[in-house]
Amino acid sequence: MSTTQDAKLTEFDDNDQKPIGFGRMLRKEDARLLRGRGRFVDDVQLPGMLHLAILRSPFAHATIVSIDTSAAEASPGVKAVVTGETLKGLGLAWMPTLSNDVQAVLATDKVRFQGQEVAFVVAEDRYQARDALELIDVEYDVLDPVIDVRKALEPDAPIIRTDLEGKTNNHVFDWETGDEAETDRVFASADVIVTEDIVYPRVHPAPMETCGSVADFDPVEGKLKLWSTTQAPHAHRTLYAIVAGIPEHKIQVIAPDIGGGFGNKVPIYPGYVHSIVGSIVTGKPVKWMEDRSENLISTGFARDYIMRAEIAATNEGKILAIRTNVLADHGAFNGTAAPVKYPAGFFGVFTGSYDLQAAHCKMTAVYTNKAPGGVAYACSFRITEAVYLVERIVDVLAYELQMDPAELRLKNFIQPEQFPYTTKTGWVYDSGNYEPTMRLAMEMAGYDELRKEQAEKRARGELMGIGISFFTEAVGAGPRKNMDILGLGMADGCELRVHPTGKAVVRLSVKTQGQGHETTFAQIIAEELGIPPADIDVVHGDTDNTPFGLGTYGSRSTPVSGAAAALVARKVRDKAKLIASAMLEVSVADLDWVKGSFQVKGDPGMSVTIQDIAFRAHGAGDLPDGVEGGLEAQICYNPSNLTYPHGAYICVVDVDPGTAEVKVRRFIAVDDCGTRINPMIIEGQVHGGLTDGVGMALMEMISFDEDGNCLGASLMDYLLPTALEVPDWETGFTVTPSPHHPIGAKGVGESATVGSPPAIVNAVVDALKPFGVRHADMPLTPSRVWDAMRGQATPPI
Amino acid sequence: MQVPAPFEYERATSVDQAIGLLERLGGSARLVAGGHSLLPMMKLRLANFEYLIDINDLHTELGYIRLSDDEVRIGAMTRHRELLESDVLADVFPIFADAEKVIADPVVRNRGTLGGSLCQADPSEDLSAVCTTLDASCVIRGPGGSERLVTMEQFYVGPYETAVADNEILTEIRIPRKNLPVGSAYAKVERRAGDWAVVSAGAAVWLDGGRIRDARVGLAAVGPNTTGLPEISAALRGHEPDESLYELAGAIAARSCDPVTDSRGSAGYKRHLADELTRRTLRKAVERARS
Repeated sequence: MSTTQDAKLTEFDDNDQKPIGFGRMLRKEDARLLRGRGRFVDDVQLPGMLHLAILRSPFAHATIVSIDTSAAEASPGVKAVVTGETLKGLGLAWMPTLSNDVQAVLATDKVRFQGQEVAFVVAEDRYQARDALELIDVEYDVLDPVIDVRKALEPDAPIIRTDLEGKTNNHVFDWETGDEAETDRVFASADVIVTEDIVYPRVHPAPMETCGSVADFDPVEGKLKLWSTTQAPHAHRTLYAIVAGIPEHKIQVIAPDIGGGFGNKVPIYPGYVHSIVGSIVTGKPVKWMEDRSENLISTGFARDYIMRAEIAATNEGKILAIRTNVLADHGAFNGTAAPVKYPAGFFGVFTGSYDLQAAHCKMTAVYTNKAPGGVAYACSFRITEAVYLVERIVDVLAYELQMDPAELRLKNFIQPEQFPYTTKTGWVYDSGNYEPTMRLAMEMAGYDELRKEQAEKRARGELMGIGISFFTEAVGAGPRKNMDILGLGMADGCELRVHPTGKAVVRLSVKTQGQGHETTFAQIIAEELGIPPADIDVVHGDTDNTPFGLGTYGSRSTPVSGAAAALVARKVRDKAKLIASAMLEVSVADLDWVKGSFQVKGDPGMSVTIQDIAFRAHGAGDLPDGVEGGLEAQICYNPSNLTYPHGAYICVVDVDPGTAEVKVRRFIAVDDCGTRINPMIIEGQVHGGLTDGVGMALMEMISFDEDGNCLGASLMDYLLPTALEVPDWETGFTVTPSPHHPIGAKGVGESATVGSPPAIVNAVVDALKPFGVRHADMPLTPSRVWDAMRGQATPPI
Repeated sequence: MQVPAPFEYERATSVDQAIGLLERLGGSARLVAGGHSLLPMMKLRLANFEYLIDINDLHTELGYIRLSDDEVRIGAMTRHRELLESDVLADVFPIFADAEKVIADPVVRNRGTLGGSLCQADPSEDLSAVCTTLDASCVIRGPGGSERLVTMEQFYVGPYETAVADNEILTEIRIPRKNLPVGSAYAKVERRAGDWAVVSAGAAVWLDGGRIRDARVGLAAVGPNTTGLPEISAALRGHEPDESLYELAGAIAARSCDPVTDSRGSAGYKRHLADELTRRTLRKAVERARS
């Protein structure tokens, strides 16, 4: 089923309609967050709590000759100074990454990126801890660093991972997908082949709240409580148990309110482990909260793919095949956060929304002397890179064929009747109806008028560009048969308990970082049980009080835990039906469910509400045979497939011909994420992601000088967009439900981040068409745009 | 949270008391006004001072914009926001409002001061370019009530370095009015709102009849210091303003500046901007002088 709706119909109505189920309503958590009553990790204060600060390497690559901590130990208030040597004695100097590599908790042999953890100090307050860092004397023997990823595999390149036995180069992995021979064959017979080198520069998720933790180890009980900024509390707990040797039932991970994650809070960082070690060593609670520079230089970056894209087509614009060769910079340790069998994440969806005859990708990943990571920065596991690649190269093809880019896309879409559609790289798109989404975006934009305006402006020497991107996302990892993180299957538990008075509590494994879970999940339960969202408490982020599951990233909360919530509510409803039949003294078959109550068929006056049933379930008197007291259920949901939301984005830019400044004038985003639970929350997520896209397209980049100094170590150097760089977002939607998701929802958190950068870049390149510009790499700062206008564009490496 | 190294702090109650403290503490002390440059540097431990002397209470003494027939006097503690919102200033020298609109953000503008901006002596700083453009001079007060007056050229010794000695305070900026129809304008290219300039330019033009009696251009972010360009003034004086004249001025600006390639842009691009923004601000300044 697929329907197209006019964006204007209901979108701007009163946004607090208090629906019992799906619909627009204000977020339940906002009363707390907007009044400053949220409780974040840095708000945690425990009696006797100590503070931890980390000494970081000033060099990108250097041997540690010696470390003298005596002056720091004697510094006022200092309780402990810990180095890699100390941890080595405990067997804790190294820990596994999320990608079967290892990462130093504290450097022992040498440092491998600027900002790497070398030692930590625990002191009575943060100032004392920080002051003591200045007193640690580290002697380094500086080594040549590998900074230019293109030189990482040269025979004379310095070897970074000397810790790995027998390692003689900087190679991490090779990866391949698709059919090379078939792709070559299709290319050989194509009318047109277009090639472009496309770089997706290194960027940083830069959440407003940096990473941190408070560890409280109780030596008597042997129990560790860890408040931490984590998107995946359960996965973290299991990993701590495996790494630190503390029994899993003796570890409680609490993710309180989290100030943004965007993938940055998926990995386990050395700092979390430091706070645990610090608490064990001192016998006191220990807080570590990184500062902004530490966050930018040492925690998980994103992207950093150097891609060669090739597209084959007929003269008429029928796209036949795409192939690509990627060089991936993974930094000093392979810390990519992705399902283990997917070292390149879900980059395999680079075939986009088009019906191809063949596709092939070859990738080589390498180590460099840069921070580790490669996280799911609002990218659904590398889909951002994939979508950028395909949407850029399709535009390059349009340029070469002198075709309208909208027309070229419309000509090549996978057709509705082809779903479920298996791509040439093996992904099974669950559902989609692309043309109506594209047409709606064009209609909202006034596409033909815009092209007319552009022609007039070009005649006057003004630079106006219209950029299109059409994306298909793959979200909701994932089926446990092939998706796991370090052996943990990506299925999610969910528990629902209805209290005697008909209020309810739902317990989730996923953890919001701002996505509005306390509202969305209450609405899912409300839709299924007819209990108002206000009466449903959503509990999450505490491993002692929630069922197991893999956490929130890759837009997986609604596709996986959202399905679990709907199904657990249906389980409760099934039980409620048995009780209702006893209450109404009719057979189960004679009952109809009308949201919130069971009615006797043909006699609507005879009914009991879910609240009546809840009281009866806990009340006096016998229940039907075989029915236990209480009204609750639990479930573990294993998705049968990913969900595949899609969207059509159109961006209009003006470029100042004199200064090369880019102004994003309009942005039209039509998203199809299947069933829409709370349109206001969806819009909020889309607005955020689009803003993210403006940042990446126009200003964001983590760059390094030739010595490996990170040049984006503060928010003055690593620019994030503000309200002044973004237009009024124009959003619309179509609805193509997922056929396998219980409520047809698909996940939307990352769609806009994935889809917007190519639209903006395509618009800028389109504006520069009079200069013969076919491609220019992000970030499109004024200087880089000016270079492109003069035919001197350079890759951002 | 980034935390600074230990320091001692005192609030000054008068300019002379502050100078007394500076006299006693020497180079180990630093004045803090708005603090938006100093405090981040201290938190990053790029700057470490034993003493901070907070002069925010001196705003009552040094926060003013005074107009006379001959000149405009602006107190060093005048805040960005006051410069932005001053109608009298906008009337005479709209270049201030032009620049203030693109300086940082409202939070910084509420707190940051003219004196602090100039004394920070960042080569990319906007108000320095404005003051250079307007041929301002700086009043520097020292021990015993002594005062000296220096030009902007004398004021800037090098990047982050001024003529203000350890025991002195910049108290006032004076801008001559020259008793002629004057127009002024400021333009800045930035990667993002609130960023430091990639390049910015200010222009001021004094007209006498249809001709330029005097014209000045000041550039920021294209050299070690904010630079006035006397060659442009010489080329423009006595001429009727027109596009070819702006072009000439732009060309002089482009070849006279000394930009470096950095994350904000290539040297070539910055040179181009010096040209482009010089032309734009001169054009606007003349337009304003005529109206």
